[in-house]
Amino acid sequence: MSREMGRDDFVISARSVFLNKGNRQKFSLLTLIIISIVILSLEYFKSGPVNQIRMFTKDIIIKSSYAASVPFKSISNTYSTVVDHFKMYEEYEKLKKAERKKQNLMLENNFFKEENQRLKKLINEKNLYNDEFYITKVLLDQKSPYLRSLLINKGFKHGIKLGAAVRSGSYFIGKIVDSNYLTSRILLISDLNSKIPVIIEPGSISAILSGTGDHELGQIEYLPENINIEEGGIVYTSGSDGVISSGIPIGKIILENNMIKVDYFTDFTQINFVKVYYKK
Amino acid sequence: MSIINKTYSKFLSIFPVVILFISVLSNSKYNFIYDENYLSFYISYVIIFFWSLKRPEYFGYGFIFFAGILNDVIQNNPLGISSVEYLLICVLTAFVRRRIILQNLMYDWVFFLISILIVGSINYIILVYIFNIPIVYNSLLLGLFATFLIYPIFAKILSWIDNIVQVSINDKKNQ
Repeated sequence: MSREMGRDDFVISARSVFLNKGNRQKFSLLTLIIISIVILSLEYFKSGPVNQIRMFTKDIIIKSSYAASVPFKSISNTYSTVVDHFKMYEEYEKLKKAERKKQNLMLENNFFKEENQRLKKLINEKNLYNDEFYITKVLLDQKSPYLRSLLINKGFKHGIKLGAAVRSGSYFIGKIVDSNYLTSRILLISDLNSKIPVIIEPGSISAILSGTGDHELGQIEYLPENINIEEGGIVYTSGSDGVISSGIPIGKIILENNMIKVDYFTDFTQINFVKVYYKK
Repeated sequence: MSIINKTYSKFLSIFPVVILFISVLSNSKYNFIYDENYLSFYISYVIIFFWSLKRPEYFGYGFIFFAGILNDVIQNNPLGISSVEYLLICVLTAFVRRRIILQNLMYDWVFFLISILIVGSINYIILVYIFNIPIVYNSLLLGLFATFLIYPIFAKILSWIDNIVQVSINDKKNQ
């Protein structure tokens, strides 16, 4: 008897839970659960009008969620700004230290430059290179597996000579191989025909950097025998050809399939302006 | 009654709904990586459980359903799964409300564990066996356990909010 009563109680409770609408409730729980299950089962239709309706609904919800999240984002941004303000003094101290260090390095650099010039004068060495350069716009970008060159809008009218070094930012990217009156052609170091004398640091190892046609990696050739090259070494121009000035960074050494390759610092696909060095 | 008081009172009456939607909209903020597992706090479970157990009149089931849909879109879950979960919590709490006369935090806490385990199992079964969406079981279990642990803290905070709302409602009635 009591068991039957208990079962009845349970049924009454369950019924009231699922079907009764409480205060301020417009829908019964059962209705909403059925709607949810129907929506969930529609997830199986990945095409047709159901999918389009779903995409449309999602778009609306995402857009409105974005709009609704703007105040929270601004609160979070404000919090970050406040935290940044509190950290400002610390950051300022750090920057001050870094700036002082930078200035010291610059002064040291100037001292070495002047000392270098003085010593060159002592041994009567002529300065073959020049620091004068033009910033020029790249007119055309010739790309094929076998040809990597750029055409620029400066020629011998502007003092540009064959073999002049070309940089993108601080990095060496190639040399002038053809100089017209108003335009010139740059042969990029990634070109198959490019051979540049380089020096690998640490160790001051001289070698030749050959282009492979690949705009990301070059190859090191003519290395002295029994030389160990470590990955991560920096490749600079050696200046031993007497045309290109020495010490211009080119790339980083990587070892791939027992071959020594150079990962160029410059992205050759993103060059819009270059620096061409010329003689007065 | 001044406009400010009216607005304040109106805001307080919808405050639980606002908290629910904030928890759903900022769900991605409660995820942490612990021991190579994602540790997620299911704050929306806590809010829905608490309010539907203590004051079901505060928010309608329609809002809970909509919050579930919103959560699914944001989390890229199959649409409707969170609504089913949230409404299931409401079913369980409504059932408890009808069967238990005296409530205390300890009972609520234990019952919360049972509820989230049921909901978590249904979530796992639907996602893994019906939709073939891979879920890391450990992460789910860890998240549910973490949510269980933080329930008393949230229950205290939500009780405090509840008191404020109740005071405001009583003031309104007395005026």
